[in-house]
Amino acid sequence: MAETVFARPESLADVSTHYCPGCTHGSIHRLVAEVLDELGVRERTVGIAPVGCSVLAYNYFNVDFQQAAHGRAPAVATGVKRARPDLIVFAYQGDGDLASIGMAEIVHCANRGEKITVVFVNNAIYGMTGGQMAPTTMPGQVATTCQLGRDVDSAGHPIRVAELMATLRTPAFVARATVHNPLVSIHAKEMLRRAFTYQVEGTCFSLVEVLSTCPTNWGIPPVEATGWLEKNMLPYYPVGIFKTPESGSREPKPLVD
Amino acid sequence: MAKKLMKGSEAIGEAAVQAGCKLFFGYPITPQNEIPEYMSMRLPQIGGAFVQAESEVAASNMIYGAAGAGERVMTSSSSPGVSLMSEAISYLAGSELPVVIVNIVRAGPGLGGILPSQGDYFQATKASGHGDFRVLVLAPWSIQEAADLVQDAFDLADYYRNPVMILGDGLIGQMMEPVEFFEGRVPTKELEPKTWATTGCDGSRPTNVVNSLFLDPEELEQHNIHLKAKYDRMVADEVRFAGYGTDEDYDVLIVAYGTVARVCSTAMEELREEGIKVALIRPVSLYPFPYRAIREAAMKAGSVLVVELSTGQMIEDVQLALARSRPVHFHNRLGGMLVSPDEVVAKVKAMLGGQSEEVHHG
Repeated sequence: MAETVFARPESLADVSTHYCPGCTHGSIHRLVAEVLDELGVRERTVGIAPVGCSVLAYNYFNVDFQQAAHGRAPAVATGVKRARPDLIVFAYQGDGDLASIGMAEIVHCANRGEKITVVFVNNAIYGMTGGQMAPTTMPGQVATTCQLGRDVDSAGHPIRVAELMATLRTPAFVARATVHNPLVSIHAKEMLRRAFTYQVEGTCFSLVEVLSTCPTNWGIPPVEATGWLEKNMLPYYPVGIFKTPESGSREPKPLVD
Repeated sequence: MAKKLMKGSEAIGEAAVQAGCKLFFGYPITPQNEIPEYMSMRLPQIGGAFVQAESEVAASNMIYGAAGAGERVMTSSSSPGVSLMSEAISYLAGSELPVVIVNIVRAGPGLGGILPSQGDYFQATKASGHGDFRVLVLAPWSIQEAADLVQDAFDLADYYRNPVMILGDGLIGQMMEPVEFFEGRVPTKELEPKTWATTGCDGSRPTNVVNSLFLDPEELEQHNIHLKAKYDRMVADEVRFAGYGTDEDYDVLIVAYGTVARVCSTAMEELREEGIKVALIRPVSLYPFPYRAIREAAMKAGSVLVVELSTGQMIEDVQLALARSRPVHFHNRLGGMLVSPDEVVAKVKAMLGGQSEEVHHG
C-alpha cells in the first residue's frame, strides 16, 4: 500500500491562489500551515489578513480569519487575543502594511508583549497597488514612485524591521528568514515553529520577518528574482534570530559611570 | 439595586459592565477620560481586559478584533478621537460587527475646545466613515438615561450586528446624578448565538471569516442591499423620542436633543407659567431620526424652534421632516458655550412677537 509522504496541510485550504508566478507568498502560507498542523492548533487558530497582496489570505488558510484595515492587523489581533486568550492568533502582513501605515500598531503590539505571532513578509515593494516604493525598498531600487531608483536623501534608508523590533525591552522572539530556495525554507519553517511555539506556551510576542520575491513588480523573471534577493536584500536584511525571550535585551547604558 | 450618586462617565462604564461588556480599548482624550479610567479598574475585577491603546486608530481596531471573536466590547472617545476611529467604524459596519462606541462630544473643528458641543451630529448620523453605511445613534439627556441606553446599545449592537454610538457631551460625562441599575434586566432584544464569530473552527463547522472585502461588484451590491435592509429595519423598529406637553395644545414646538433638551424643558416650564403654550419633542435615537413624530407634533404648532449646540445640523433633519409645512426657527450657541433657559424663553417670545426670522435651507 502506498504511503503518503507529502500532502497539503489541513490548515491550508484546497484552492488556487491569485499570487503571481515566482511570488513566495504561497510558500510562506504553506510553511505557516505546516507549523499550525504540527502544533495541533488549527482548530483554535484565528488569522488576521492585511491589506496588500495577501489581503485574500482568509481564502487560503483553513482556519478562522478576520480581515483588517491597512496596517491595523496587530491591533485587531490584540482585540482577538485579549477577548479569547485561549486562541492562537497570528497576523500576516506585508511591508507596506506593517512597516509603513501600520508602524505604530506593530511597535506597540510588540511593546505590550501581546502573545500573538506576526508573519511579516518583506518583498521590498508594494505589490497589489502596482509596484510603488515600500519602506523596505532597497537604495537605488526602481519603483513606480521612484523611477530613478530609491533616493535615500529624500526617501531615507530601508527600514530593518527585525532589528528595530529587537530594540524593545519587552521579551519577544524576533527573527528573519527567507524562502527563496528549499534549503533556506527549512530554516524559515524552524523560525515560524519557534514563533508559534512561544505563543502556544504563552511566553511572549513573536515576529518572523520573511524575505520574499516579487518578480512582477521588480520587473524580472522569477529565476532572476531569487538571485536579486540574494544579491541585494540578504546583505542588508541578514537572516537569523535577533531576540529571544531568554536573551532579554540590551540594558540602557548610563550617561556617566 | 439602590440609587447611587455617580459621575456620568463612571455610570456609562458601569452600565457597560452590567450589560456584559468584558473588554474596553481606548485612548485618553478630554472630556471622557473617566470612562477608560473606570474601566481600567473595573474590568480586571470581572475577569475582563482593559488595554490603553496607542491611538484611537488602534483602539477602534482592537474592538473590531474582540467583537469579531464574539465578545461584548466598548470604546469611548471625544470628537477628534472619533474622527480617527472613522476608518474602523466603516470596517465594523462593513464586517457587521457589534460594538458600542461612546462619543463625549467636544467643540470643534480641529482641536477645538473641550467644552460641550453638538457639532458631531452630522458625523454620527450621516458620515461616520467612508462608504454606504449607518450607525445606530442614541443621545441621552441624563445620567440615568445614559446608563440605560448604554445597556440597550449592547443588545441593539448584537441584534443588528452593527456599531451603536452613544452621543453625549461634556455635561453627560462630568455631571453627577443618582443612577439605578436594575438587577435581572431583560435584554431589549431576543439575541441569537454568535455562530459567525472567529472563535476557532474546532472541527465542527466550516471556518468563519470576518470581512468587508467584496471584489466582485455583484457580490458587493448584494452586501450593500443586505445592509440597507438592516438599516430599514432599524428605521422601522428603533426610533426613540420623548414628547413633553405634546398631548396638550401649543403654539410653538421646540425640538432639541441631549442636554440641550433639558435646558429647553426648563425654558418650557417658565414659558408655560407665563401662559405661553409650548411643547418639546426630544429625539433620543438620532439615527434612526424620528421624522414622523416630529412632523405629527409640528402639525399642532404654528411654528417650530430647533435649539442646538452647532451651527445647524439636526435642523436639516427637522426641515426634512416638515417639508416647509411649518416655519422653522433656530437658536444655538457654539464653541463650548451653553444655551441658557433665558435665551430659549426670549427666542420663543421673539418668534411669537414676529421678531424672529425663520431659517431656510435649500
